[in-house]
Amino acid sequence: MSELATGVREICDRSGGDRARMMDIVQEVQARFGCVSGEALNLIAAATGVHRVEVEGVVSFYTFLSGRPKGRMVIRVCDDIVDEMSGMRPVAEAFSQELGIPFGGTTPDGQFSLEYTACIGLSDQAPAALINDVPVTYLSSDKAREIVAALRRHGDPRKLVHRLGDGNNAHPLVRSMVHNSIRSKGPIVFAPFEDGSALRKAIAMSPVEVIRDIKTSRLRGRGGAGFPTGMKWEFVRAAEGEPKYVFCNADEGEPGTFKDRVILTEYSGLLFEGMTIAGYAMGAQLGILYLRGEYAYLRLLLEHFLDERRRRGLLGRNILGRAGFDFDIRIQMGAGAYVCGEETSLISSCEGRRGDPKNRPPFPAQRGYLGKPTAVNNVETFCCVARILDQSPGWFAQIGSRQSAGTKLFSVSGDVASPGVYEYPFGVRLRQVLEEVGAESPIAVQIGGPSGQMVGPADFDRTICYDDLATGGSMIVFGPERDPVYIAKRFLDFFAHESCGYCTPCRVGTELMRKKLAAILDGRGEADDLPYLEDLARTVKFTSRCGLGQTAPNPVLSTLKNFRDAFERRCPARQEGRRAAFDLAAATAEAESIVLEQAAR
Amino acid sequence: MSESFTLTIDGVEVTAQPGQSILQAADAAGVYIPRLCAHPELEAFGACRVCTVKVNGRPQAACTTPATKGMIVENDTPELNEHRRSLIEMLFVEGNHFCMFCERSGNCELQALAYRLGIDAPRHDYQYPARTLDGSHPEVFIDRNRCILCGRCVRASRDVDGKHVFDFVGRGKGKRIWIDAESRLADTPLEGEDKAVEVCPVGAILRKGAAYAAPIGRRLYDHDPIGADIEAKRVGAPAAKGGKS
Ligand SMILES: Cc1cc2nc3c(=O)[nH]c(=O)nc-3n(C[C@H](O)[C@H](O)[C@H](O)COP(=O)(O)O)c2cc1C
Ligand code: SF4
Ligand code: FES
Repeated sequence: MSELATGVREICDRSGGDRARMMDIVQEVQARFGCVSGEALNLIAAATGVHRVEVEGVVSFYTFLSGRPKGRMVIRVCDDIVDEMSGMRPVAEAFSQELGIPFGGTTPDGQFSLEYTACIGLSDQAPAALINDVPVTYLSSDKAREIVAALRRHGDPRKLVHRLGDGNNAHPLVRSMVHNSIRSKGPIVFAPFEDGSALRKAIAMSPVEVIRDIKTSRLRGRGGAGFPTGMKWEFVRAAEGEPKYVFCNADEGEPGTFKDRVILTEYSGLLFEGMTIAGYAMGAQLGILYLRGEYAYLRLLLEHFLDERRRRGLLGRNILGRAGFDFDIRIQMGAGAYVCGEETSLISSCEGRRGDPKNRPPFPAQRGYLGKPTAVNNVETFCCVARILDQSPGWFAQIGSRQSAGTKLFSVSGDVASPGVYEYPFGVRLRQVLEEVGAESPIAVQIGGPSGQMVGPADFDRTICYDDLATGGSMIVFGPERDPVYIAKRFLDFFAHESCGYCTPCRVGTELMRKKLAAILDGRGEADDLPYLEDLARTVKFTSRCGLGQTAPNPVLSTLKNFRDAFERRCPARQEGRRAAFDLAAATAEAESIVLEQAAR
Repeated sequence: MSESFTLTIDGVEVTAQPGQSILQAADAAGVYIPRLCAHPELEAFGACRVCTVKVNGRPQAACTTPATKGMIVENDTPELNEHRRSLIEMLFVEGNHFCMFCERSGNCELQALAYRLGIDAPRHDYQYPARTLDGSHPEVFIDRNRCILCGRCVRASRDVDGKHVFDFVGRGKGKRIWIDAESRLADTPLEGEDKAVEVCPVGAILRKGAAYAAPIGRRLYDHDPIGADIEAKRVGAPAAKGGKS
């Protein structure tokens, strides 16, 4: 047997030939053999009993997986708008020059590949990149050159880390240069916590009472949609079907969001405790933490803390001595797909499929992972759960505003003096946040990331909560020299790249919007483009199948609404039926010269 | 069997059976809801979004949404038809569709729907993608230029033929219909009589040697618009002249 055949067999055997573990299998094959080649596809298909084309469908779906060999070291430069504003272009240029390859290329010696990648969750220390799993931050073109030189010398991305970050970033299992940049602490997430304290209080109650407490606290999901957590859990508990599952959504892919990164680094105890309480409340025995591929550098740390909890009787069988209370957590790695943060895509991905969203109904609470009732919650939501049990639902409910209880973590980046994570009570005024983060005369703020809305100074006195300016936590601030049309275009680049392609409006519509915005920026805009863009954006929003397509037009719609001048300036009316940008003399010059030449003969 | 119930579509009361989607209930009642990826013999898919209706004021795909008692559905409204035109135009510009010399012309559901909804030229810009053709199979060819990613062949091959010859690879605009082989359709167990070949709504998967069998005037949609067969079932509807039989 070839080395590949033995290796693939071994990897598949370790997963029990289970097709649901396809993500683990293809990622391991890639890690070991550099890519998932055509031959590997055949071998995996044979070992797991699925069709080759299904495996190929999975591999071709995820950005971090590849059917063709890549360099031993893959440099992925984050091409998020915030990174671009912080000087990413010269950094990218330096990498490209130094390596002697364009983006998308691999060096002839097979050592390096160079790529752009969507936001890697480090907008607070931009420009940043990933080299294999290793994040490198605060890049400059000089640093980029040094990095290439050093990697040529020692070939080990981990050796690039000279100065360690704060807190657990310096943990021997992480050893990363990333900083937490926690800027303001609140009472709920960024507060001291003793492992087991909330869980003890939970198991002193019945599961139904725990859910009642979550409902009393008025906790709503922190992942963006704001669904009441207690109600979701009640649905799952009541749903027919066993076993039930608890999923933690740590896919954090919304550009400009990085608060879950900080929770995972520093407060995983709170998170795991929340998941375990969820398991108790809903009668689930397995929890899955879906960790985005970009955060692979945190995996060993998280595994370590899970082991620790098992050792201390906080996970595993008969938790805290309670006979029959069994619950464990496993980590599922993602592989570079923003859409997998959508809860039904996340489930598809965990089932070893392409990260396509599923049709609803049925909802995951009825039929989720492997067809069983599944509760999917955000990282921060689980932290709130643990704190609610530890303190009390009443205590939690009186923090924040009337409709929005508790605090919210904001990931603040862009044109501000102090980018980082801030914990604020809900109901805080945007203006107050802008002052405290050191935003100087901002012209626009993107609330909730690209899928949220772009607001201007007229909206700065609004409050941040579920029924005013709702947000999953991303807050990107834009200073006076930024261009709203360009920003909208970059966000549409992102959505077009991340669309799963299942449904027509999102697959085609995001690309059409992106290209129209590019044409406008290029000086080819005309007055008709604005109503056209509005119609197109409305159709995509109205007819798309999942939240990605339903929110992808938001940058277009909200900038058209709040920054219309910036568009109108570039989209002049037609003159004599012609585009303003159309140069009649230039277009006919050649023909005219021929005519003149002929006439002269 | 549990009891039937009623819902309204465009103000008309329609009877539905438990387990039916809005689309199935509408079909049975002789109300045509435009659709492309749905097929009566295949599991609902929800990809093309052409069947989008308003259910109690909110957009839903009629093919994947179960009919429920008392539902208020809007279907044939100017707003919804405008969205549908835009979607169909997206499908036209996304691929390379040249109706004038396509073997499927006159029998093509995409083309027929464009006529029914009154599309003359797309407002969207043509994308002219680079896509491949596969003529390796003795009985069937696949022209990906004309594929609208409806997934009918995927479902038919998997669920009816029991073969799983087709599936999707790639993501976003790079998504393509692909085959269970390295690159040649000839290397799959596909046969000319397979359901997967029959269900393609456009000219992407076609049997060889069967082109232009029906002359102009006797093609599927030459006289009656697509959907006329469904509308003919409506109580009190005037009999359709020809249509799909
Ligand atoms: C395209 C897309 C991406 C998403 N990404 C995330 C994510 O990274 N993290 C997250 O918690 N929720 C994300 N969501 C929301 C989830 O679908 C889901 O609502 C959430 O995980 C539920 O948890 P919660 O109720 O605790 O907020 C995303 C939704 C969409 C449509
Ligand atoms: S809106 Fe459609 S194409 Fe976009 S991600 Fe969702 S299902 Fe995929
Ligand atoms: S027919 Fe319903 S989405 Fe295609």
